[in-house]
Amino acid sequence: MEHHSNIVPWELISKINGFTIKYAKVNDDGTLDYEDFESKFSSKTKLASLSHVSNVSGVINNVKRIAKIAHENGALMLVDGAQSVPHMPVDVRDLDVDFLAFSGHKMLGPTGIGALYGKKALLEKMEPFQGGGEMIKEVSYNQKTGRCGIDWNDPPWKFEAGTPNICGSVALMEAIKYLENIGMPEVLKHEKMLTEYAVKTMQSCCTKLVLYGTSASFLKCGIMPFGIIGLSPHDVALFLDNYGIMIRSGFHCAQPLHQVFKLQSSARASFYIYNTREEIDRFIEVLKEIEQL
Amino acid sequence: MPTVEDYVARIEETCGEEKGVIVTFKYDKKDEAITKIRNKAQLKSSLSGIIFEFAFQATSFRVFSSGKAIFKGINKEALHDILAALLL
Repeated sequence: MEHHSNIVPWELISKINGFTIKYAKVNDDGTLDYEDFESKFSSKTKLASLSHVSNVSGVINNVKRIAKIAHENGALMLVDGAQSVPHMPVDVRDLDVDFLAFSGHKMLGPTGIGALYGKKALLEKMEPFQGGGEMIKEVSYNQKTGRCGIDWNDPPWKFEAGTPNICGSVALMEAIKYLENIGMPEVLKHEKMLTEYAVKTMQSCCTKLVLYGTSASFLKCGIMPFGIIGLSPHDVALFLDNYGIMIRSGFHCAQPLHQVFKLQSSARASFYIYNTREEIDRFIEVLKEIEQL
Repeated sequence: MPTVEDYVARIEETCGEEKGVIVTFKYDKKDEAITKIRNKAQLKSSLSGIIFEFAFQATSFRVFSSGKAIFKGINKEALHDILAALLL
């Protein structure tokens, strides 16, 4: 169920480092097959990586359960929080994950910036992945060896080589403050309300509409992949565009999950703090119109 | 001498295995482009004045009043020829 960003980098570095990647199965409704995930662990497993929330189906994964199993098997746990951090309270200590990444552009912040949380003890043990200014305590030239000795800075600076994206950092911080001021439980509550309302209304009002994945609201946040029978998702997206309604069409950078759903592509509606029930009503009115095509 | 590029702002492939191509007409040329297409292609159906389904040279495609068109099952070279025949 992963976004390509949690597939492609692993495939790239496995070609360099030669490690083995195992993929866990996804059920037909888009939920994670936990038993299959657990069966992938062995004494050789170094790291488990999982999205907290699917960017296609909105399914919320029980990462706490997987993190516990990972640790029991001596593995580390990395979570792709790009789709969860903007939409719900996320407590890395409670989840007991070792690393968690998220993006600014999914949470009212700018593009091109994100954050990686890591447990301090692990970050202290890790080598830098980039070199440059600011990430060292001291660089000293040794006349005897003709080389420079380097003393790394403490985390997080050890991993922040060079001049950072200052504007992006300031803007992301403001976005975080804005969301914290609203309260992440309130954000989640609003999205759940909209999702439940949208699912119920779409199922009762639309005749050619197919909702993909689970519609159980307790399992998902405000993302709804769907299709209109007889129309491509791109037709649907462009039609809605004429009414100023923006959805995404395609495979949403998650092609393997579309293979599970046996789809070429899908349309995806998503909700956030600024959306209203009235907008969902309007969205469904337009869907009913396009069903006539 | 007008060219296809005078009318077209962007051509991009849709994602998904069933390849399609989305043509975005230049904003100030979209109405002229749609009028030319309506004059040359056969209108098969339309909905709400928003989607127009056309047939032209054995190719079916949909034009949206926002100034976009979707062509399916066609490569970019063949698309250019069709656009030239429709627009020029």
